[in-house]
This record gives sequence, C-alpha cells and structure tokens, in this order.
Amino acid sequence: MRIVAEHLSYTYNAGSPFASKALKDISLTIEEGEFFGILGHTGSGKSTFVQHLNALIRVPSSMKKYKPKKPKKGEVLPPKTVLTVGEFDLTHKKTDFRALRSKVGMVFQYPEAQLFAETVKDDVAFGYKNFAKEKPKAEEIEAAVKDALEIVGLNYEEIKDQSPFDLSGGQKRRVAIAGVIVTRPEVLVLDEPAAGLDPLGKREIMELLHKLHREWCKTVVIVSHDMDEISENCTRAAVFSEGEIKYVLPPSELFAHSEELLSLGLDVPLTAKLCAALKARGVEISCDFTTEDFIRSVLALRR
Amino acid sequence: MNAIEFKGVDFSYSEDGAFAIKNLNFSVKEGEFVAVLGHNGSGKSTLARLTDGLLSADKGEITVFGTPMTDKNLYTIRKQVGIVFQNPDNQTVAAIVEDDVAFGAENIGLPREEIGKRIDFALKAVGMEEFRHSTPTRLSGGQKQRIAIAGVLALKPKVMILDESTAMLDPRGRREIIDVVTRLNKEEGMTVVLITHFMEEALLADRAIVMNRGEIVMEGTPADIFERHEELITYNLALPRIGYICKQLQAGGMDVPDTLDYEKLAEEIAKCVS
Repeated sequence: MRIVAEHLSYTYNAGSPFASKALKDISLTIEEGEFFGILGHTGSGKSTFVQHLNALIRVPSSMKKYKPKKPKKGEVLPPKTVLTVGEFDLTHKKTDFRALRSKVGMVFQYPEAQLFAETVKDDVAFGYKNFAKEKPKAEEIEAAVKDALEIVGLNYEEIKDQSPFDLSGGQKRRVAIAGVIVTRPEVLVLDEPAAGLDPLGKREIMELLHKLHREWCKTVVIVSHDMDEISENCTRAAVFSEGEIKYVLPPSELFAHSEELLSLGLDVPLTAKLCAALKARGVEISCDFTTEDFIRSVLALRR
Repeated sequence: MNAIEFKGVDFSYSEDGAFAIKNLNFSVKEGEFVAVLGHNGSGKSTLARLTDGLLSADKGEITVFGTPMTDKNLYTIRKQVGIVFQNPDNQTVAAIVEDDVAFGAENIGLPREEIGKRIDFALKAVGMEEFRHSTPTRLSGGQKQRIAIAGVLALKPKVMILDESTAMLDPRGRREIIDVVTRLNKEEGMTVVLITHFMEEALLADRAIVMNRGEIVMEGTPADIFERHEELITYNLALPRIGYICKQLQAGGMDVPDTLDYEKLAEEIAKCVS
C-alpha cells in the first residue's frame, strides 16, 4: 500500500491558548515495499504524522460533524489535503477506518507496556478477534497466533500459556509486536522499536524487522532517534523539524548533509562524523554511510 | 574514604529463585565517576537499589560513607544517596516544577527558607531556572529528567546513581543529562554511579565495571574494557561502533590504534593513507 500525504497540517488544542502547530502543510509519499525512516527530535511532529497513518489522529474532513466551509467572496481556499494509504482515503467520512487499522499496524514506543492478558496466547489473540469480521473459530485464532509468535522468533508451544509479565524485556517486546502483526497488516509503523534495549536486543529487533519486511509486511516505517539505525537499515528517510519536512532522501545522500542536520539539533551517524573529520584532513571518501561500506572505502584508499 | 562499599553481598528476588546479585564485592571512592555496564537482567539495577536501601541484602555488608546499611541508618543513608530512574514520567510528583523539586526536601523536614535556597541551587545546577514555574508535563523528556535530577540535588546527596536515566531520551536529551552529571562530578565533586548500556556514555567515567549474572566480570578504565572486546561480546555487550570500525580496519591490514574518539581515528586514517 502506497502512502500519500499532501498539504497535511495539524494543530493540537486548536482554538485554545495552548494551540500548537504540530504539522505545517507537509507532503510525503512512501512507496510500497520501502523500509522507511522518520527522523526528528522531540516535538518535531513525527509522531503526529505517523498517528495519522492509521487514523488515530483524524483529518478534520473525515469527521462526522465536519461541514466544508464556504469561501467568502474573494477568499482563496487553502490547497486540499490529501491523505491516502493504499485504497483508503483518510480524508473521507465514508472510509472504513476499522479495515484500515487492520491493514496498518502501529507499534508504539515501549509496546511491552501495553501487554495486559493473563497468557501470551490471549494477549496476541486480542487484536485478531477484535478485527475479525465474523467471530473467528478457535482453530483460526490459534493458527494466526501461532504464526505471529513464530515469525517474531518465539516458540509457540513453550510460551503460549506463560504470563506475558514473566518474560524478559526483549521477549515482551516480541510478544507485543506479535499482537500487532497478527492481523497481517500490509504497513507496519513502529515508534522507536529498539529504544531501551541493550545493544544485543537492539540488533535482534532490527533483524526481526527485516525478516517481517521480507516475509510479512510489505512496507515498514520506523521512527527513530538513532542515526546509525537509520543509516544501516532504511531505504529512505524523512527528516522532520518544527512540523515541516526538511529532507526526504536515501541515507547515502541524506547524511552528506551532515552540517545541516547538526544545525537542526539532530545527530548524524558515526560514519558521517568520520567522513567529515577525514574531509577536514584532506581525505575525501565516498560511501553510503553504512559501517561495512565505510570500512571498505577506507581500506580501498590505501596505496 | 569509600563512598559505597559492598562486601560479599547476595540478593535474590524470590526465596528459591536465582541470585540477582551473587557474592558481590565492590566499592566506589568519594568523588569517583563509575560506569556500570551489563545487558538487561545482569543485576545492575539491583545494585543501585541495594545501595539506597530500596532492597535489602540477603547476605553480606553494605556501607555508605562508613555507615552500615541497617533499618536504623536507612534514612541517614538515603539523604546521602540519590537515584534517578529510567522513566521521567514516573518521577514527577507535582504540577509545578518548583514544587516537584521541593518534594524531597520538604519530606526531610527542611525549613522553608532553606528549601527555597535548595530549589534555586538545584535548578541552576541543571540549567532549568527559567522553567521554575512551568508544568512538568509540558516539558521534553530531557527537561523532565533534569527536573528529576534537580529533585535529587535539592537533598544535597553525596552520591548520585543514574539507573539508565538516559535510556528513554533522544540524543539531545541524553547529552543534556550527561553534561549535567559530568559537571556535577568535576566541579562539585559529586560521586556518580552511571548505570547504562550506552557504551559511549561509559567512556566519560573514571572507571567502568561490567556485570553479568549478578557478578562483576570486568573492571578497569573504559579504554581497558573496550580493549578486551572479545570478552565483552561473550557478556552480550557490543563494542561501540567506533571500536568495531577500528578492529575491522586493523583486520584489513591498516595500522590504526584502538581508539574511541572519532577525531583521533580520522587523524590516524589520514596518516595511513597519505
């Protein structure tokens, strides 16, 4: 499913003294099949944007009460907001938002905080039962839960009757992800999927996301502060700053703008820092900013 | 004088359960900056909680500035040891920043004027004076965490323990916290125990210890620890990316030393290729 946003704006607490513009007329297209990164520091509007993708935040024109404004004489209307995810038009009242939400999986920050059921099996089954059109048969639920737990790398038989609260941090996060992908979403959006894990846990989660991207969800969108994570994993990344999108580029081109990123208060990957430090010493290297390519390029410099 | 001393300490969370801390001998000198590394579940947080008397040891002896940890001494010790936890939202108690910072100081029954002074001092130390009358919920994660640190500082503790206090913050927030903590250590002589799994943060410490399964398995200066990278990997810890790059370049036949400073690495690479 292709994601298209055009002229999308959003203001929190509109009309109150606390009104703050979180998104200012942004446009962004995410193609089907991408492993897309969203960057930006706290308050840049990135979470507001991703919450639009499965209609946790609704475009005003999709609300029941919405009445289009009639332009006064001589007034120019702002350009029309477009927001589509595959065949779903999120600006329209008649859209089946329930179906949309089963197709766009959303994994929040620290998803393990949302575990609630007595057993792992029940926890993962919850979303599946909720989104099913008719009441699903017990075997169907079991099969779906089993598939979801196995793709996230957990042993179904071993874990199904355990309490999710007795698991380790990394396992809990896997169970929480299984609970989202059990509806087989085509787009998976994750907010800081690796935050708070130790380095090994981080690597395992990123490997899991690549596996899901290959085998299960066509499009993966991750929100991350970790530039190394973006440079090593993403096909393209968008940089948010103060409600606007500054760049949409593949990491290999994005991190060539190191100075601009730093001035936006963002970090750059270590490889980009090294490239800049080398350049200052008269050594120019071109690499795509992944660690492996950097090492290869440096070794190739030797005479 | 040792700020914190553990002698043969055992601890387990359930009676028949595995040890979370096993026969631990460990000490921190006054004014020292120690980083504690270890993967999830290695016992690092247990160590922090034992130091503050939030948990009590099954066996062994814990002393803080020479005072043994007993029920009677508990409150004396807690005035000297402050902990900042991981989640900033769980550490906010009041609706206004200054009330939040004052909470601990009020609890130990300080006079009103003194509390006012402590709030000034603490907010200044973390660079948050201008937010004195703000609402904590409207602050960023890094700012909230600085408020949490200020709340601890208002008690004027001699030791500050940061239990993965930067794990939930973005890079900017993380830098803010680390800057504040290093300054307190260098300028005010505060003893700091920094529990983290960001290897880069451990580099700033005087000494680093690595925990695994409730035991200390490695100890030394951060540079020493990262030198022994094969060992680190066996404890489920990864080398910082820069360390990995050094090793790979060496393996590729380039004569660069182990370093964790990217400017230095760039310098060395430039030497090798020109």
